[in-house]
Amino acid sequence: MQEPAITEELIAAHGIKPDEYAEILRILNRAPNFTELGIFSAMWNEHCSYKSSKIHLKKLPTTGPQVICGPGENAGVVDIGDGQAVVFKMESHNHPSYIEPYQGAATGVGGILRDVFTMGARPIAAMNALSFGTKDHPKTRQLVHGVVEGIGGYGNAFGVPTVGGEVRFHPAYNGNCLVNAFAAGLADADGIFYSAASGVGRPVVYLGAKTGRDGVGGATMASAEFDETIEEKRPTVQVGDPFTEKRLMEACMELMQTGAVISIQDMGAAGLTCSAVEMGDKGGLGIRLDLEKVPQRERNMTAYEMMLSESQERMLMVLDPAKEAEAKAVFDKWDLDFAIVGETIPEDRFLIMHNGVCKADLPLSKLSSSAPEYDRPWVATAEPAPLGDVPHVDPVDALKILIGSPNYCARNWVFEQYDSQVMADTVRVPGFGAGVIRVHGTDKKLAFTSDVTPRYVKANPVQGGRQAVAEAFRNLVAVGAKPLATTDNLNFGNPEKPEIMGQFVGALQGIGEACLALDMPIVSGNVSLYNETDGQAILPTPTIGAVGLIGADQEPILGFARDGHVALVVGASAGHLGQSALLAEVFNREDGDAPHVDLEAERRNGDFILAQRDLVRSCTDLSDGGLALAAFEMAEASGVGVQIDTDETAALFGEDQGRYLVACNFDQAEALMVAASHAGVPVSTVGRFGGDMVRFGKAAAPLAELSALYRGAFAGHFG
Amino acid sequence: MRAAVIVYPGSNCDRDMEVAFARAGLDVTRVWHKDTTLPAGIDIVGVPGGFSFGDYLRCGAIAANAPISGALRDHAARGGYVLGVCNGFQVLTEAGLLPGALLRNAGLKYICRTVGLRVEGASVYTDGYGAGTEIALPIAHHDGNYFADPATLDTLEGEGRVAVRYTDNPNGSARDIAGILSENRRVLGMMPHPERAAEPAHGNTDGARLFAHLTTALTAA
Repeated sequence: MQEPAITEELIAAHGIKPDEYAEILRILNRAPNFTELGIFSAMWNEHCSYKSSKIHLKKLPTTGPQVICGPGENAGVVDIGDGQAVVFKMESHNHPSYIEPYQGAATGVGGILRDVFTMGARPIAAMNALSFGTKDHPKTRQLVHGVVEGIGGYGNAFGVPTVGGEVRFHPAYNGNCLVNAFAAGLADADGIFYSAASGVGRPVVYLGAKTGRDGVGGATMASAEFDETIEEKRPTVQVGDPFTEKRLMEACMELMQTGAVISIQDMGAAGLTCSAVEMGDKGGLGIRLDLEKVPQRERNMTAYEMMLSESQERMLMVLDPAKEAEAKAVFDKWDLDFAIVGETIPEDRFLIMHNGVCKADLPLSKLSSSAPEYDRPWVATAEPAPLGDVPHVDPVDALKILIGSPNYCARNWVFEQYDSQVMADTVRVPGFGAGVIRVHGTDKKLAFTSDVTPRYVKANPVQGGRQAVAEAFRNLVAVGAKPLATTDNLNFGNPEKPEIMGQFVGALQGIGEACLALDMPIVSGNVSLYNETDGQAILPTPTIGAVGLIGADQEPILGFARDGHVALVVGASAGHLGQSALLAEVFNREDGDAPHVDLEAERRNGDFILAQRDLVRSCTDLSDGGLALAAFEMAEASGVGVQIDTDETAALFGEDQGRYLVACNFDQAEALMVAASHAGVPVSTVGRFGGDMVRFGKAAAPLAELSALYRGAFAGHFG
Repeated sequence: MRAAVIVYPGSNCDRDMEVAFARAGLDVTRVWHKDTTLPAGIDIVGVPGGFSFGDYLRCGAIAANAPISGALRDHAARGGYVLGVCNGFQVLTEAGLLPGALLRNAGLKYICRTVGLRVEGASVYTDGYGAGTEIALPIAHHDGNYFADPATLDTLEGEGRVAVRYTDNPNGSARDIAGILSENRRVLGMMPHPERAAEPAHGNTDGARLFAHLTTALTAA
């Protein structure tokens, strides 16, 4: 087949900028051929190279005594004691999900599960954070249905419990939804597998599904802005097969037990190219591939197509040649394709042969660790204008608007499409705070949460970045878990615009400060830039996924409020209404500054809750919608009414940070107050639980009526 | 007493069923779908939940023809006990060990939630509850809408072979049927997951009695 000539148009179509092409010419001292150009475009695009974000990501705190492996591998690894580790990461699949919601979301789940089991960890929990446009936008309903079904279709069949997540709606996502998928797995701390190849002349083994033409150029697509030609990009979305993924996972687990695996890397974005380059680059070795040996699903595939295919459910490994027979027996048991497709070579070289013809011959390290890096110009986000007057509102009327809105109504419609209990270790299903999973065969538990408040990040990137981490911290604390570590999924617009880059830099500063202060280092993450359609950027959305540990000798805080319980707020309240849910949903306003996060107070208040867990029956953090929404949600989850004494708008709907709502009996409340005064933590009694009404001062409505509104709204909007 | 849990490549509740059997005191063995025999002395075979062969075709249709199926049929024909949960129920109907079929949920969506159930037909599985007892168990399925022709449904009801019924039908199942027994009452297929509500950590132990009574009854037999 005649390969296309390398023209300016072809270079541009590969997303390679003129100065980057000049760099390629300099590296090679010649022009690249078509396959080589494809390999460069796959490795140097934003999605794979992190070229715009790298210099800022380096500033994040990534270490701590609990961290076994930080960013740079397929997922982060954190010690949970007793020789065990939790392995986790969050990753976006935004662009594919917008183009083909079911398969885009499904393969997002598949990709993150592979990242986890590639490291030797059996997946034990999943979450997903979804951002959609407004309910009235013509695409939203279809996206909601497709994405939720895709997540369920993949995760349910694979057999991982989905225990948490977020769903939000905002016009800024009308042309660019976000699908951020999180997975966590359990491994032996001394049984973690890494991607760095070692040893020369060792077989490079391909395992899993066959390679087809699906997803060719996907990573390049994921690094581009959208416009009206978007429908033409549908063929670049891959198709998921959770049944193959499940077998691939089981086969990998068995194979790792045999000691045959020297290094392993899943084939995700940029497929064979990226996985081979990563293994070689990390191990300081070269790789030779013989493409005719690659299991193929379609006929007459070219080297270009095979190198850029993003067919799913595939793995690349370097195996110990002495254990080849044992390895083959495992693959045969699970009926998976297995082929030796190349070998490690001593020189810094990525050599691609196809039927004896050299299709690419590149210096391997230049594709990855020496890829371009940019310090893009940025401008700090301007200080927000002060908040204007907020009119008085009947608090029950306002609550009804909130709990009937797409953003704050119950998410059962979504969560019930996900299997939250497979593996029979689920302690708390999604719906009220963090999800909790027992570590199989022990009394330890892990808590999982995913948080960010994008309108805060837009108004004030630094405080918004801090807040995302702080809210994750509080959600873990509220179930009695000690926060351990964090993964960040940074979704932003076009980094070539200084104001977008300013959001990115500011948010990262806030995230870094909070992770340091709250001792939740970042151990893995993903950056998704160019989330823009026709020049309109999404809200800056740095999703924070976090994991906490509840020790075997510790009680989680999973109780409910009961008749006669006292309602207490831990933390200081000042009535901050800027950028609040009340403003957005009731007054259709997004003004004022985001609430500021006092990280010392966050830490102190969180540590206080954990230390006094025996006095706390039920606990939830105060975030969007303030005390009013938290009190309603706790009452609703507990099936008991609540009386909050105040009817003042700012006291009920203010979104001051560092706060928790606690329910406990009178004696426990007294003891908590005493302990709080010793610890220097503000605690105030705000009301009590009981009866069958929700009351704010004199305003009231029956809990049953509010509950019906809350639980029925999502299906009403989107069903 | 000895139990075997069949493992298909896409089973994902095999471990859960194994744990529930073991907690109830049974000695449990896993049996790979490519095997053609069951280990000697097996009293009960568990057919677990999951997506046996991906279930891109009819759920359980390929599993019903797996190499192990002959041994499963022989075991049932000998009067052996079989418990199929969720995908296991689908496999048992496809294998012809139980009548009827499980269609796509009436709402066309996957449903994972805890539902109310009423225990009915007498068996080693249900006698620990007593007929008429209301319990709650999790369901998690896309195809749990039980279907059979009216004559079969009449027979099942007439012979007291409806083991459990939904109190608030979530999936369109004929006559609210959530689980049925074979003619000899030794094969039970049910969509709800008793193994997910079998110990205090699950926050619901309504499923534990099924396994506990099963073990007691098998031991006494």
